[in-house]
Amino acid sequence: MRISRSAVSAVVACCALVGTGACSGSGSGGGSSSGSGTYTFWDPYPQFDSSDAWAKLVASCGTQAGVTLKRTAMDTTDLNNKALLAGQQGSLPDLMMVDNPFVSTLVQAGILTKTSDLGLDTSALQKNIVGAGTTDGAAYGIPIGANTLALYYNKAILSQAGIDPGTVKDWASLTAALEKAKSAGKKGITFGAIGTEEGSFQFLPWFWGAGGDLTKLDSAQGVAALSLWKDWVSKGLAPNDVLSNTQTTSWQEFATGQYAFGENGTWQLANAAKVGFDYGIINIPGQNGGSAPVPTGGEFVTVPVQKDTARYAVDKKIMECLTSNTNLLSTDTTLSYIAPVPAVQDQQVQQNPALKPWVSALAAARGRTSGGLGTKYPVISEQMWTAVQGALSGGKNPQSAMEDAQKAADAHKS
Amino acid sequence: MSTAHADDLHRSAATSRAPSQDADPPQATARRGRWVPRGSQLAAWAFLAPVVVYLGAFYAYPLYRNVDLSVRHYTVRSFVQGGAPFSGWDNFRQVIDNPTFDTALRNTMVFTLVSILFQYVLGLSLAVFFHRGFRLAPTLRALFLIPWLLPLIVSASTWSWMFNSESGVVNYGLHLVGVGKVDWLTSPHWALTSVIIANIWIGIPFNLVILYSGLQNIPAELYEAASLDGATGWQQFRRITFPLLRPVSAITVLLGLIYTLKVFDLIWIMTRGGPGDSSTTLSTWSYRYGFGSLLPDFGPGAAVGNILILIALAFGLFYIRLQRSQPA
Repeated sequence: MRISRSAVSAVVACCALVGTGACSGSGSGGGSSSGSGTYTFWDPYPQFDSSDAWAKLVASCGTQAGVTLKRTAMDTTDLNNKALLAGQQGSLPDLMMVDNPFVSTLVQAGILTKTSDLGLDTSALQKNIVGAGTTDGAAYGIPIGANTLALYYNKAILSQAGIDPGTVKDWASLTAALEKAKSAGKKGITFGAIGTEEGSFQFLPWFWGAGGDLTKLDSAQGVAALSLWKDWVSKGLAPNDVLSNTQTTSWQEFATGQYAFGENGTWQLANAAKVGFDYGIINIPGQNGGSAPVPTGGEFVTVPVQKDTARYAVDKKIMECLTSNTNLLSTDTTLSYIAPVPAVQDQQVQQNPALKPWVSALAAARGRTSGGLGTKYPVISEQMWTAVQGALSGGKNPQSAMEDAQKAADAHKS
Repeated sequence: MSTAHADDLHRSAATSRAPSQDADPPQATARRGRWVPRGSQLAAWAFLAPVVVYLGAFYAYPLYRNVDLSVRHYTVRSFVQGGAPFSGWDNFRQVIDNPTFDTALRNTMVFTLVSILFQYVLGLSLAVFFHRGFRLAPTLRALFLIPWLLPLIVSASTWSWMFNSESGVVNYGLHLVGVGKVDWLTSPHWALTSVIIANIWIGIPFNLVILYSGLQNIPAELYEAASLDGATGWQQFRRITFPLLRPVSAITVLLGLIYTLKVFDLIWIMTRGGPGDSSTTLSTWSYRYGFGSLLPDFGPGAAVGNILILIALAFGLFYIRLQRSQPA
């Protein structure tokens, strides 16, 4: 009797303390029945507020599906962590834009529905772009667009140093160009080798460009790619601070006008127009010529698993609306992405011929989690950026750095 | 209730405030124990409830979850869907066998001890300096609090810009005096030093404020008497200030130890524990396991966190002992 009374008083005090909301046990993810009411939508584009075209498109797709679509924007890492927590607590949104290498993690967590279960078809989409969201042959979302990497170059520096960008066809000619830029008193190249996924993303074109295989980090090809980067840094062709560069800080370095080349992505095009000097773009060369395979970036529209399966019908309508060809064109223009559909890519190039090298780069691009890697990729990637950090900082030579990375990746699997 | 109350009144009148319980027949004691303090006991519980609920919700439960995470084999699937199998000490063994463990432990110790040493020495020097009192001293003292008032994201970002190898103001300053470029944040030899320097700067105000208030409690007569006896400034510091400040110093240093052990944001913003593991401490390592890659590894992350808690706990217990042993 006494215990129960004090328990009651404790609960009452708890409610008073925490606020009644916490005690009412409210569920999220809507709660109302399908067909009407409020649906929730998460995306990693906090740069767009309600006055921007993207937010307006999201809202209008909700309206067209007969519901109010409530958008919440957060930073990519934040969204990834929140998605796992929300999955645990059963409070997932109705739709969620997920960074492509994280799709396989969410699939493994059992959070996402198969796109075919929603009755949507992904066959019209470019295969290598959908690949990043495909696990065991099933697609778990529709890409909103894709971005990738290429080399931006500063036209003034190249002409001053007597470099013809057309001659940069392989690693040897690129290194020769960097040396010319350096002897002309300028800086060679900047990239981002930070110890995060961004560092791996930037390293992959060189790793794949040497013919590297992510399941064998310590192969001769992998070591060659790391040696290339290390040589650039130790010869002063690339600054030492690439080790702490994100792609944004690397862009800021390139934008100073001191660097001949900068490895960066499609999404910088809008900024590139503002740098105040003429720039050009070439594809990242492979070790022995040709374009190196580049990794795909960009997000997928996904539908998290809901208890109330009746909501999927509306989710499908919203997904179709967001990824319709017309809307892809405007969205990908806003995001500075390349559309995942060849027809829309043609329209993009027509509107802006500067996108042409990007479309061709993307044709040769690969998903990081593609090729059956799935959730093995994050483990490998972490060891890869660790190896890059170890070698570039001078702590290890490329060979032993990659060997240690491979050992650590193997140890994790067992 | 009312009978019991009357009964009690009657008895206390009869025994005139003698320790009544001894005189009571056993039955009466039992009745009193059950009924009399009940109202007040409930009230006591009601007053206690908020703090009990608070401690339970914000200390005990998270701690329990952290221990639970560290003794189970979690995958992303079992994290979301539940059903992670119990794995005993496996996560701890994995963490301790990892070559990063030694590095992280050593870095944590170096980071903490060097930070504390410099924070204390500089904080004490400034406290003594301001204790003399001079014009604008309060203003200047307030300015010294700025590192404490700034959000860490601001001060850490500013430090990382200043330490930038290519365009940082620190290297520019060194260049002016003829010293070559130092890769503060990107060289494995300097990264830990750089984050320690930034952390010392951030921790000085805390030491300054507490030691300064400790100085206020030292009677001025002592200094007066000492100077009459012809003691020099240094002698006064060594024989009066430092010994009398010892209790305050001990608490400052111990609190500093506990705060510094768990510093995370500063290091994460400036170096992310890199390059390699060169500035990784236990706290950044724990975070790296949990949130540093696209595939979270919560079990080992929680294990590292628990090891850190144990270390902090050891210092915490030491602090409590020290506080008890001091005369009130």
